[in-house]
Amino acid sequence: MVSAVALDARRAREVLAQVVDPEIPTLTIEELGILRDVAVEEGRVTVDITPTYSGCPAMDLIRRQVRDALVAAGFVDVEVRTVYAPAWTTDDISDEGRRKLAAVGIAPPRRLDEVTVPILCPRCATDRVRTVAEFGSTACKALMVCERCGEPFDRFKEL
Amino acid sequence: MTTRDRITSRAPQGSVPVFDGDPLFLYLVRHADDNLILAQRLSQWVSWAPELEEDIALANLALDFLGVARALYTYAGEVEGRGRTEDDLAMLRTEREFTNVLLVEQPNGDFAHTMARQLFFDAYQLGLWEALSSSADATLGGIAAKALKEARYHFRHSSTWVIRLGDGTEESHRRMQAGIDALWRFVGELFVGDDVEAAMVEAGVGVDPSTLQEAWEERVSDVVSQATLSVPDDPFQRMGGRVGFHSEHLGHLLAEMQWMQRAYPGMEW
Repeated sequence: MVSAVALDARRAREVLAQVVDPEIPTLTIEELGILRDVAVEEGRVTVDITPTYSGCPAMDLIRRQVRDALVAAGFVDVEVRTVYAPAWTTDDISDEGRRKLAAVGIAPPRRLDEVTVPILCPRCATDRVRTVAEFGSTACKALMVCERCGEPFDRFKEL
Repeated sequence: MTTRDRITSRAPQGSVPVFDGDPLFLYLVRHADDNLILAQRLSQWVSWAPELEEDIALANLALDFLGVARALYTYAGEVEGRGRTEDDLAMLRTEREFTNVLLVEQPNGDFAHTMARQLFFDAYQLGLWEALSSSADATLGGIAAKALKEARYHFRHSSTWVIRLGDGTEESHRRMQAGIDALWRFVGELFVGDDVEAAMVEAGVGVDPSTLQEAWEERVSDVVSQATLSVPDDPFQRMGGRVGFHSEHLGHLLAEMQWMQRAYPGMEW
């Protein structure tokens, strides 16, 4: 028999799978890897999220979006907790997340065990790229420019 | 450079500790204070940095430090158990209650001064967070492990600038050297422990700051020599931040940072 509690946890996960990151809305918080845990106990949903960067200014908004999404789906008692361990790393971004980043013109982070592979321009795939600034439109990205097609682009920094 | 021979730091003579209570609370708050005050200083650069990319970089660094401060204050409030929030601790304590090191409250000066301050502090935090990553306190360990990842690129950023300016033009070299000379007197305080730290070391929670000094010297001297700069011979070091004796600059910083909560208590926006 599938218990009501188990159904609720599955439902909560389905709802949370739709919540997107406010700064990179092409990714869901699950694909970004910041959704750490979802637990349902006696009707109370507890969601653990972790910041990409300590100072991530989007955390308050993400917390609210998580709560709003669950409340809209009928969950009444929702707690959203911020956890720091284990620390988020760009390796937590899913393969689907990486594919989506590249599709919108953001060079995805390299895996931490292969940071020597060249960074490729997300538009023309050349490795003739250079860093313009270590900090781009958000803390987690660096600003690059492609020397072949001339397009500037963001690169997700490995962390 | 052998700073250990030169740096002999003392607490201000005749000072009476004004802080008692749970050493874990005091330990969390002093590190939170370091991060908050530096975040406030760096955010004062916004719209004033030498180039747009650096303006964004400094704001991002400020956000990192602010984020660490928030996590530490929040946890400190829980440890204290008197219902104080991160905002209460940041906005409603007086100058004498802040226990940040003097280095972080020093004015920004020119960009070279800011980069000298940043190099010294980033090199310190690299060692600090690495040590605290294995703290017996899981929450502090988690915050430290997170902050360590960020300290690595903070240090990369500040050392890149110090080398670029030191090994740059005559003017940039002169200014970078002036920044290092002006702030050198505040580095000794980073490595002096007190009863709070001793208690935290005893509990396996904290790190004895004197054990961080050797690696710090190696990091800093490597950058300083690459930058064709030198550290001053003057052994004089100023102390007092950890017991609430600050330079005149902190009060002005707090007045600006806290005035809205002071004028409109409990205000949210």
